[in-house]
Amino acid sequence: MAENLKCSHCNNPATVHLTQIVNNKIIKVDLCESCAQAKGVTDPEGFSLADLLSKTNLTPENGEPQITCPDCGLTTADFRRTGRLGCAACYQSFVPLIRPVLEDMHAGTMHKGKVPHVALSRQNSAAELQGLENALQRSIAEEAYEDAAKYRDQIHVIKQAAEVEKAEAVQS
Amino acid sequence: MIESLIKSDNAELTQSTKKGSPVVLSTRVRLARNLVGTPFPERASSSQRSDVMTKCAERIADLTQMKHGAFFDIAELSDLEKQVLVERHLISRELCEGGSGSGVFINKDQTCSVMINEEDHLRIQFLKTGFNLRSVWKQIDLFDSNLEDGLDVAFSQEFGYLTACPTNLGTALRASVMMHLPGLVISEHMDKVIRAVNQLGITVRGLFGEGSDATGHVFQISNQQTLGESEEEIMSRLGSVFKTIIDHEINARFKYLEENRARLLDQIGRAFGILQNAHVLNSNEAMNMLSLMRLAVDFEMLPENNRSDVDRLFIECQPGHIQYAAGEGIEPEARDLSRADTLRGEFARLPALDFDKVNNLG
Repeated sequence: MAENLKCSHCNNPATVHLTQIVNNKIIKVDLCESCAQAKGVTDPEGFSLADLLSKTNLTPENGEPQITCPDCGLTTADFRRTGRLGCAACYQSFVPLIRPVLEDMHAGTMHKGKVPHVALSRQNSAAELQGLENALQRSIAEEAYEDAAKYRDQIHVIKQAAEVEKAEAVQS
Repeated sequence: MIESLIKSDNAELTQSTKKGSPVVLSTRVRLARNLVGTPFPERASSSQRSDVMTKCAERIADLTQMKHGAFFDIAELSDLEKQVLVERHLISRELCEGGSGSGVFINKDQTCSVMINEEDHLRIQFLKTGFNLRSVWKQIDLFDSNLEDGLDVAFSQEFGYLTACPTNLGTALRASVMMHLPGLVISEHMDKVIRAVNQLGITVRGLFGEGSDATGHVFQISNQQTLGESEEEIMSRLGSVFKTIIDHEINARFKYLEENRARLLDQIGRAFGILQNAHVLNSNEAMNMLSLMRLAVDFEMLPENNRSDVDRLFIECQPGHIQYAAGEGIEPEARDLSRADTLRGEFARLPALDFDKVNNLG
């Protein structure tokens, strides 16, 4: 239980432990005496843990990476301003900024709950199908007809399986 | 547009035939979901938003749980209609601000609503009167699975369901109960309870107003964290905290009754008198009086089947509902008259308070 917390600013032993609820979430910060003074924490009017956090944990000392999502164009500055991501693909690009904050925000950093198996397998087979279609077109263009026949058969198998699944879904 | 919904004789929160339970008014669970390949609503173009709307609407309208449900396009609702839906907890304030392509599906008995293009593409909510975490979860889980069969949901193995705000990642599940906690408030223990549950990652908000002495003593209590625990873990943790709060509330009520019997009975008696006779009542006062009436039912001073009437009035006495009932454009002062009229009518029908029941209680 006796955990020696370090100041999130200077690594001295932390003696000031703050908990605040901002936007329905708990934010915790540990500070040493002098950093607490310097940050104006002792002034109850003029401080918000959210600001404090955004200047500490969220921002690496050497300047944070400037990221732009290739899908929706969200930038690091946009993310800092709104606290929200722009699209599902952002979660790949913004991993370096997101991972560090999840620990403070949640009970863990790895998903443990429900998995949308049906939607995922459909997405995977759609992606697989697209890959095979591309390969088929390529091999036709290259006049590699043996390969083309192989890809065509594979596409046929996947499409048939999908048909069967659909029919079963309708029956149920 | 929302008339059929208001006049419905089959709405879970306002027309429940169930007796309701002491302390817990209702349970709700919501899930956030997004589609792959389209930016989240805030960053989506209006044509992308309407694509999402079309895709989701087709799928949702097909689901058996949404049979005979209604769909409302937010752009087509008046401000007052939106306010009424907010007061019924069927839509959020954020959805009201949503531009084109925002809308909501509401099922027949108003236990399920699905908001489209809120903060996330989909916000699914199920609610029930009383303390019903498990059964509400079962329903929403089934609905979500059916929905997912026809929609490509954004998901990652690491972060779970991908949401616009990282605070909702993982299960994207928020489970909450609406609790009536007059005992803890009157005995001044509410601050302590709020601090204690905050430490456990649980949020407490006053339903009507802020802070630990919320109007009407009604609080919404929910989980903050969504990632790192399964749905079952989140709910069993919440469930045991809720049960503890319920126990504390019941204890606080009886302790207060024991130590301040005359004072408490006086407060309840006066509230009953005001509700039966007042001609001007603002919404804060009405909520506080109704809170004491709910307590009176729990103490058996009023018949148990009046509990659901009190719960209905908690909703119907809010400003939007009063205005809606009176027709558009009614001024705040006129609202207070209209609210008092409604309450006088309702409470004239109730039997007198049975003070003897409390004398036998503790």
